[in-house]
Amino acid sequence: MALIGSGVLQGLGVTLRTFIETYPWGKALLGVLRIRTGQGLVTIEYPDVRQQHHERQRIFPFLVYDGAPDNLRCVSCKICEQECPPQCIHINGPAKDEQGRPAKVHGRTYPVTFDINVAICMSCRICVDVCPFDAIEMDNEFELSTEERFGRLVFNKARLLKSNEYFQQIKPTEAAEVDARLAAKAKPSPKPAAPAPAAGPTAAPAA
Amino acid sequence: MQSTSDTQLLEISLGPQHPSTHGVFRMNAVLDGETIVKLKPVMGYLHRNHEQIGEHTSYIGSFPFTDRLDYFCAMSNNLGLALAIEKLGNIPVAERGEYLRIIMVELTRVLNHTAVTGFLLNDMGAFGTPLLYAFREREKILDLFEAASGSRMMCNYIRPGGVRIDVPEGWLQQARALVAGYPQFLDEFERLLTKNEIIRQRTQQVGILPKALAVNASITGPLLRATGVNYDVRKVDGYSIYPRFSYKVPLGSVGDVYDRYYVRILEMRESLKILQQALRDIPAGPAVSPKGQAMVKAPRTFRPPKGEVYSRIEAPKGELGFFLTSDGTPQPYRYHIRAPSFINLTVLEDMCLGYKVADAIIILGSIDIVLGEVDR
Ligand code: SF4
Ligand code: SF4
Repeated sequence: MALIGSGVLQGLGVTLRTFIETYPWGKALLGVLRIRTGQGLVTIEYPDVRQQHHERQRIFPFLVYDGAPDNLRCVSCKICEQECPPQCIHINGPAKDEQGRPAKVHGRTYPVTFDINVAICMSCRICVDVCPFDAIEMDNEFELSTEERFGRLVFNKARLLKSNEYFQQIKPTEAAEVDARLAAKAKPSPKPAAPAPAAGPTAAPAA
Repeated sequence: MQSTSDTQLLEISLGPQHPSTHGVFRMNAVLDGETIVKLKPVMGYLHRNHEQIGEHTSYIGSFPFTDRLDYFCAMSNNLGLALAIEKLGNIPVAERGEYLRIIMVELTRVLNHTAVTGFLLNDMGAFGTPLLYAFREREKILDLFEAASGSRMMCNYIRPGGVRIDVPEGWLQQARALVAGYPQFLDEFERLLTKNEIIRQRTQQVGILPKALAVNASITGPLLRATGVNYDVRKVDGYSIYPRFSYKVPLGSVGDVYDRYYVRILEMRESLKILQQALRDIPAGPAVSPKGQAMVKAPRTFRPPKGEVYSRIEAPKGELGFFLTSDGTPQPYRYHIRAPSFINLTVLEDMCLGYKVADAIIILGSIDIVLGEVDR
């Protein structure tokens, strides 16, 4: 074994170099001395500087509407409510008219209320995966802290509704896929409501 | 009449809210002077009823919960459950999906071992520096995870039949660049730590786990391999596509804290070899098989035949097993997890007896536990 303490000194050399290279002059100095440098400073000064997150980042779901907020894609089929693992979606609906028949807006049924308790939601994206109508998508807004625990952490329908343009803006790739899928669905069948795919507890077992 | 030089045993409680216990874990230690004569681990503070929840949700619905078992290794946990479900329901796996899974879990192994080494040094009293170096590198892997799955830690990405969605464009290049640059960091990390005399003094011949005891207590993972037992589920079972890659299983000899540290460093280097091969050979094609895709879209259409399976993987912390019993309904009848952290913790007392309190802290750190997994 070499000199006692040489291991410690070598380690200190690493920390010293890492310290120096966090400064621009330090990087230049190490360059002159031909010492290999790492990446230098890796932290950013939030909130002055913001990190660019990837578009797949998922933080809580929102409901998509096309054009006007009453033209929401959700038909209140309640599949997401049933599949949500921590059971944080609560839907009241579909809306009924006076005779008790399902009320329709833009040819679709719609939920009376649609609440997501984001204090419970774990942003798992299962609701998005199971929704047959691409009505619910994941947001990427993360500055959501509030002082109120019960009022503002339950997102109601009005809070959840966001336009398709917003979706296209935050997740261009995913939105393009969804738009293409919806366009393909709309063309061959001019019937108002899209046929419900085999899903839900009553569906036959997978082949 | 007692003289003042008579001593008595002192019982102290370390934790549950103690920075060195890696979460809400408690050690009741009986001390003679500063030497430990008895030590009782107390756990259960983070019990979240995971298994019962799993029995009340669809098979797919359990995936986000597995992320929260060992929250450092979400991808490995996902893979463990996915393999069990595949075995139960006979689901074929897409070829590209297989490779993506291997890439993800090996990145997880690198990430976990990097982080745990940082924590171990933190426990030894090297506050901050090694831990932050480790976290700096870990963050790069987490960025890759976020790009692929949408979340840094709670990935929820691997599914029966493959992965939920293919990786975005350019991801593989980024991963290749990271894997190519990682050995450089490991060299630097080792220059900082491996030969450091203080670290050697603190860790060598401390917390020795005898080979026979390790085997009898069904210890797995780096803790077992540090004692020199060649047992790696990747080699033994050859699950997924591991037999296609060439890599070694690093072994220790003494079974002390230093060996555990060094086995992890070597394991990272082997994982990088697997990653290189996987990133080189990954084929094009769908990332998930049609059956898996159908299951993601409609979880309750998946009704596996009656029966039970046990499926295990080599998670970064040891053998992670999932036991599922199906009664033909969309929900498992019984869902059990063999958590490596929990089982490895059972030999804590045997390793700590006769050592000082400060040693007990680093022995606990060297086991590498995550309380989310211990308590479930
Ligand atoms: S699954 Fe989709 S359409 Fe059905 S209730 Fe949920 S969001 Fe609405
Ligand atoms: S993201 Fe997951 S937890 Fe949140 S509402 Fe959707 S299904 Fe429920």
